[in-house]
Amino acid sequence: MSTVTASLEHGQSSSDWPMPDKGVVGMVSLIVAESAIFTIFVIAYIYYIGKSLSGPTPRQVLEVPVWNTVCLLSSSLTMWLAERSLRQNAMRVFCGWWALTEALGATFLTGTAIEWHKLIYHDGLTISTNLFGTTFYSLVGLHATHVIVGLIMLTLVLIFGLTGKLKPEHSRRVEVLSLYWHFVDAVWVVVFTVVYIVGR
Amino acid sequence: MLWKFFKLLGVRSRTWYLLGIAAVGQATAWGQSAPGTTVYSVPNIFEPHSGSANLLYSISLFTLEITGAIFVVVAGLWLYVIVRFRNEDQLSEPPQIYGSAQIELSWTVIPILIVVVLFLTTARILFAVQDRPAPPGALHVDVVGHQFWWEFRYRKYGFVTANELHVPVSPPRAAEPTYLTLLSGDVDHSFWVPALFGKIDSIPNKVNSMWFDPDTTGIYLGQCAQFCGTAHAQMLLRVYVQTPEDFAAWLKNQEAPAVQDPSVAQGRQIFESQSCVSCHAIRGTAAHGTYGPDLTHMMSRDTLASGVIANNLANLKSWIKDPQAIKPGSMMPAMQLSDEQIDQVAAYLSTLK
Amino acid sequence: MADSTYPIGGSLELPRVEQPRTWLETLQDWVITVDHKRLGLMYMGYALVFLIVGGVEAMLMRIQLARPNNGFISPEVYNRIFTMHGTTMVFLMGMPMLIGFANYLVPLMIGARDMAFPRLNAFSFWMTALGGLLLYYSFVGGVGLQGAGSAPDTTWWAYAPLTERAFSRGHTMDYWALSLIVSGFGTVGAAVNLIATTLCMRCKGMTLMRMPLFVWLNLVVGTLLLVAITPLTAAQIMLIIDRYLGGHFFDASAGGSPVMWNHFFWIFGHPEVYVLVLPAFAIANEIIPVFSRKAIFGYPAMVAASVGIGFISLGVWAHHMFTVGMDSTSNAFFVLSSELVGVPTGIKIFNWIATMWGGKIRFQTPMLFCTAFVIQFLFAGLTGIMLSVAPFDWQLHNSYFVVAHFHYVLVGAIVVCFFAAFYYWYPKMTGKMLNETMGKWHFWLFILGFHMTFDLMHIPGLLGMPRSIYTYEADRGWGGWNMLVTIGAAIQAIAILLFFFNLVYSYFRGAAAGPDPWDAWTLEWTTSSPPPVYNFAADPVVASRRPLWDLKHPEDTDSRYE
Repeated sequence: MSTVTASLEHGQSSSDWPMPDKGVVGMVSLIVAESAIFTIFVIAYIYYIGKSLSGPTPRQVLEVPVWNTVCLLSSSLTMWLAERSLRQNAMRVFCGWWALTEALGATFLTGTAIEWHKLIYHDGLTISTNLFGTTFYSLVGLHATHVIVGLIMLTLVLIFGLTGKLKPEHSRRVEVLSLYWHFVDAVWVVVFTVVYIVGR
Repeated sequence: MLWKFFKLLGVRSRTWYLLGIAAVGQATAWGQSAPGTTVYSVPNIFEPHSGSANLLYSISLFTLEITGAIFVVVAGLWLYVIVRFRNEDQLSEPPQIYGSAQIELSWTVIPILIVVVLFLTTARILFAVQDRPAPPGALHVDVVGHQFWWEFRYRKYGFVTANELHVPVSPPRAAEPTYLTLLSGDVDHSFWVPALFGKIDSIPNKVNSMWFDPDTTGIYLGQCAQFCGTAHAQMLLRVYVQTPEDFAAWLKNQEAPAVQDPSVAQGRQIFESQSCVSCHAIRGTAAHGTYGPDLTHMMSRDTLASGVIANNLANLKSWIKDPQAIKPGSMMPAMQLSDEQIDQVAAYLSTLK
Repeated sequence: MADSTYPIGGSLELPRVEQPRTWLETLQDWVITVDHKRLGLMYMGYALVFLIVGGVEAMLMRIQLARPNNGFISPEVYNRIFTMHGTTMVFLMGMPMLIGFANYLVPLMIGARDMAFPRLNAFSFWMTALGGLLLYYSFVGGVGLQGAGSAPDTTWWAYAPLTERAFSRGHTMDYWALSLIVSGFGTVGAAVNLIATTLCMRCKGMTLMRMPLFVWLNLVVGTLLLVAITPLTAAQIMLIIDRYLGGHFFDASAGGSPVMWNHFFWIFGHPEVYVLVLPAFAIANEIIPVFSRKAIFGYPAMVAASVGIGFISLGVWAHHMFTVGMDSTSNAFFVLSSELVGVPTGIKIFNWIATMWGGKIRFQTPMLFCTAFVIQFLFAGLTGIMLSVAPFDWQLHNSYFVVAHFHYVLVGAIVVCFFAAFYYWYPKMTGKMLNETMGKWHFWLFILGFHMTFDLMHIPGLLGMPRSIYTYEADRGWGGWNMLVTIGAAIQAIAILLFFFNLVYSYFRGAAAGPDPWDAWTLEWTTSSPPPVYNFAADPVVASRRPLWDLKHPEDTDSRYE
């Protein structure tokens, strides 16, 4: 029996028994779940295109937010550059790229806020006006909420970076966060296509 | 055979009923205005009385035979295993068998074949029933579900009635099938008279349809089958399948405007001065409401409150006095009339043959 | 060989430091715990509490329906009770119970010390608990349909537009929607955790194809939860937007489509059925081989069938909607996809029977329940096939036949397997055996009550009795059947009370279990009962699907066959 016992007590080391990173697996799972939520809202949006009983219609009031889109999509690139700097232990460069990522995200949010202000006060489109209003504010708002959550987490990382608490060995965790941000960007591609191209 | 057992269910349920386990109540009292008409009060889905319900019945039997056969085979194996391999001897372990590709393949392929057969048979019936166009002689009725009653619009004949649908019998040689267009005035409902067809939902902002061609005259019962609120359980349905002559006579009566009887003018005056008229319509008078049932020929109906109570003077009075006592959750309020006023209104309504 | 004190490594008894503690300190320990075993037990305790609550609701309904035109409870109360019964049993009993068992057992079975994210685990549990409290707070928190209710009263599938402000005034629907959103967050957290644990925390040698089937099935459940719970959350958010912000998602008067709610609900609702039933399979997959003394028959096929069921289940939702008026092609598609689920399910049933075939079956209580499960699940599956035949479903839909069918799945398969799991793993969790005599009484009483209730309940459905009705007319011929069904329900209630008594009694008076009372083969039986906080003194290393079989039979190891 002693040999048997010994075999069960054999130690475990990560090098001879590699397992996937649990942070990545967890975040990917969360992204799958989030995708399902967005899918439902996108389906509702597509189904209700042109079904509003009264105006205003998307064609009358929506403008294509090109600048917003450019900002948000390029933030994925700056984030990738920031991560690379982190791995190379270039902390100042990391903070620079990271801050730029945040600034781009914030610009996107500001753009959305200006768009909503115009829609509500100038065009009189609210969430209760018609089906377009209901689905538009829900879908775009759901996405904007995700941007806000992302920005809060980005800010935390930035604070850690500026106070010198962030080290290259944390790059795995920052990667997990960046997965989320890339996901939010990718969702915007879908939302943009559905709302501003197909739906208009 | 299995199907015989299910066929027997109807008979057996009536046996229960005769044994008195089911409380024997108003069952027989309600046919009174139509003597000699059979009331099919047990809505057994295995006693179809229309061509379309017969199609559903045939696929049901086919499904029952297949699933029954599967059950017998697999349950037999199960029984054999638990009897044969129960063992108190635990001195040694049995031989370990980890699987067998051939056996596993066989119990993958055989079910797939069964699924294919069942699917093709189902699809044939499904398309035959659902996509059948209405023939020229068909009767079209719009059915509107309301909380908690049914509105029937005979658009071609220009009248509206409630809760008791009248249709002609439609034997194969002189087919006069009925096509229903299902609509809803508020929330989801579902029209279900098992002897004539399955159920189809009536949903706001959606137009659904169903058809049936009854082969026997009689009164068929059913009820709303989609929860629609407090009084859902009392949203009953009655379908009167009539001979062409009876149906024509009924149509003629319904098309006429309401009877004007001067002897009940006082009751009529109370009816029209109260808010009764904001919900109910009586053709030829000032009452044009559409929120409640059309009362133009209400005395031609056997029941009140969508089939909950028999339509007689006493019931009518207690219904007007306090609808919530008879049908809790009903949208009809108690109008706080004095007993005398109720007598007069009931007298007026009783003239609306 | 069936010696329960078999000396197995990995269960080093470290000296335990027991200090006298006040009950408040113990309570605090439980509240702040992140230990997967304690959280698992809390999930189970929570589920058992709601099993009682939901059971009482069921009994009230059965008393009301026992006779036609019965006046035991009013329609308002009845509508609240059946809505709460459904919501409770699915969200507050079924899911916490399965997550509880998974939480407790998955790390032990894969040789891990805890879940991947212990704090997320605690967060998930407390979110789920908050969801349940929110739902039941509605009894004091608000009024429902026409101001008549004080709890959600629009059925657990809550078809729009009945749930819109126009038809459901008051706040009960808000409590309902919010509680499902909140407990949904908890469930998604638990699912993320399950998946990460299974994929990332396996001990050395535990490849995916060596994982116990219990773990495999819970991996599939986790994945299904990710994509099934979230559509429900999305639909609830839409409902809240409609109710609070004047949106029009399900508002027919503004062009909205109530049918969309049906789709979204059942896109959640049907995978949810598999979310609930796969853990039952998981339990049977562990118990049947051990009590037949044979390896599971066709392990790869079982894995493939589980994954297959998961996939197909995402494409069958509209078989709940054959009556909403979809076009004939869509109906035909959903007939086919629904019937296809029968194929992998059939494989599973055959494999269970093949596992028992040629074995030496020990009919102790866990095995009794699993044996009943096999035949009951077969029956439930076959009535499911009937419901998938759309023209037949036009008759059966929303009738008591459907109620009987899904209770056959939920009670006859799932609850029965939960009972089996309690008898099987209670020794591991507490160190005490459940009383076997009471277990046999529990089994036979419960089976008698179950069949009396749910076999007979099919019949009023065939006689045209719709569901969700609080009363019915005397002339319909349903009265006698309903009376028998109610008597059966009472027998089940007695059996469940006996089970609860056994749980308490055996905790104090039960025989000591030892680490491996059933002579089983998976890793949880290598450690002491109950396991120490760290689970294993040393990280286990496995070389086959049945590490303990290999230990006990060095002359005939599993690893030779892989």
